[in-house]
Amino acid sequence: MMMTTGTAEPRGQALAINNLSLEFPTFSGAVKALDNVSINVAKAEVVGIVGESGCGKSVTTMAATGLLPKGRYHITGGNVRLFGHSTLSMDDSQLQDLRGKVVSTIFQEPMNALNPTIRIGRQLTDVIMRHEEIGLVEARRVARDILADMLIGEPERVMNLYPFELSGGMRQRVLIAMAFSCNPGLIIADEPTTALDVTVQAVILRLIQNRARRTGTAVVFISHNVAVVSQLCDRLYVMYAGRIVEHGATRSVLETPQHPYTQALLRCLPERVAPKQDLEAIPGAVPNLLQPPAGCYFQPRCKEAVEQCRSRSPQLAGEGGQQVACWRRGVAAELPGQGGRQ
Amino acid sequence: MTKAVDILTRPVLEVSDLHVRFPASRNWLGRPTSHVHAVNGVTLTVSAGKSLGIVGESGCGKSTLAQAIIGLAPYGEGRVAIDGEDFQKAEGKRKRALRQKMQIVFQDPQSSLDRRLPVWRLISEPLHIRGGHSRAELRAKAEELAVAVGLRPEHLDRLPHEFSGGQRQRIAIARAISTDPELMVLDEPTSALDVSVQAQIINLLLKLQRERGLTYLLISHDVALVRHFCDDVAVMYLGQIVESGPADAVLSNPRHPYTQTLLAAAPSFESPLPDIAQVRAGELPNNRNLPDGCFYRQRCDRIGGGCEVGQVLRRLSESARHVRCHLAQT
Repeated sequence: MMMTTGTAEPRGQALAINNLSLEFPTFSGAVKALDNVSINVAKAEVVGIVGESGCGKSVTTMAATGLLPKGRYHITGGNVRLFGHSTLSMDDSQLQDLRGKVVSTIFQEPMNALNPTIRIGRQLTDVIMRHEEIGLVEARRVARDILADMLIGEPERVMNLYPFELSGGMRQRVLIAMAFSCNPGLIIADEPTTALDVTVQAVILRLIQNRARRTGTAVVFISHNVAVVSQLCDRLYVMYAGRIVEHGATRSVLETPQHPYTQALLRCLPERVAPKQDLEAIPGAVPNLLQPPAGCYFQPRCKEAVEQCRSRSPQLAGEGGQQVACWRRGVAAELPGQGGRQ
Repeated sequence: MTKAVDILTRPVLEVSDLHVRFPASRNWLGRPTSHVHAVNGVTLTVSAGKSLGIVGESGCGKSTLAQAIIGLAPYGEGRVAIDGEDFQKAEGKRKRALRQKMQIVFQDPQSSLDRRLPVWRLISEPLHIRGGHSRAELRAKAEELAVAVGLRPEHLDRLPHEFSGGQRQRIAIARAISTDPELMVLDEPTSALDVSVQAQIINLLLKLQRERGLTYLLISHDVALVRHFCDDVAVMYLGQIVESGPADAVLSNPRHPYTQTLLAAAPSFESPLPDIAQVRAGELPNNRNLPDGCFYRQRCDRIGGGCEVGQVLRRLSESARHVRCHLAQT
């Protein structure tokens, strides 16, 4: 099994999230946003997380990098190791030292991630000078080089512009430049191309891939677009309602999906169905995580559900690198810590 | 349905040489001094019971085209005819009757539904506006429509915020079909939805088309969806159609350099990520000052003699396909 427990840490690991469980307290009760999520990313590896809205893709990585608002959530189990740092127990200033230098995040909407009142160049050099012991002149040189590396023509001119003067694709490239500017070991790309056109998307993905390969940076790529993930990622995690339901090499998961949810998700796509034929929709809706169903979370929508699925939650298991959490696929173990707060 | 028999080849929507431009700046007299040229001479026809997909990048004018067709954007030049009648020229009762024949479903049902109206009022609003129905009739009709789009009768008294995105889009579709339209304009109806929900909505739209003989104009940036959903496709670039024809033929064997780029860039399971050089990415040219010659010239990799003159949409020999490129003719 690839899942590690305790503090044992394999060498060459960039990010190890172990059995992370997380709740958001609300007036109507605790929303169990994550349940025993384990994600491992080796150095220089590109790992994808796919799933539909609200399945916990972003929450997982935001929790791991300390980006969730303090006091609004409870970690109910698990730990996170980011290049050996235990991020869950760090305070703000320690986290700030990590962000940008060790891990950077590229968000979906670059307009919200950039300060609209500060020129591009200053925003880049601020990040660089926060983490590197260099002066402004040198920082501007670094910024210019990395913008040029992102295929931005006339980087000097762009550095004197404000974010609103750039197109969406340009802004996203600035943000990627910012993310790579201090040579972090891990980049988290949270739907970086969802708001962009396909031609711009293809370029952005290439830029991320090229730069990550050259610098040996690990990438966690979050997306709801399975086709994009298939083009970019070595390994893939499929999430559903705050749990990992399947994980393995991208090719094997997409060609021989095991979990009924992964199978259904792939059959929904119009690419794989003859024109005008009905697509295979998944009946029902995602469970309400205030009161998640007993047993497997996908069981109310699953065609193959049996009695066992309705009472006990399956744990990820499997051989040959592909793991699946489904009783109907020969899973042996039950998920630990069931109903800690029910 | 009796309607389905006599309409097989009749064009429901005919757009000829449509130009839409918006004033971008004005002088001190309030007269426009420059324009944004959003749609630059679009001609298309959709036959009854068929679907036409419009694809293109953001800013290419596809949504403006949809709005001009539906009467939401005024146009100076060209003609939009529904069932052979010019919509913009029609007046009074005639115009209202024509308006009933077309409906639109927007991308974001969150903002296109009045959040203070219960579902049955939302669905029956077009009928209410048309008039001549009692409250009980409207409610009965709303229930019938709600069931037709896969909602349950108990949903009728709820408000839009109580529904998920997919269900809201069902409400928008129920409202659109309430006047029994012939043409439905679908402006990115599923791009805000998850794929499993998108599949439900697409299935619903296909079912409604089979049952009611609806004609669809689908605006989308998702090439795979258009290939699945539409009979014909038109690819737009800078307010012009650069390639059109049967969806399968165009999307499996594109002839215009722009269509080729667009398809190479679309994410796919079969092909790896394209090279940056292959994508020919670039910004759309500024549509305040339209370029001379071929609009795609600045981004094209096959530029040569003949590109400096404006290109016209020409029919490829012995097919229903049209391409706006002199190189594709050979």
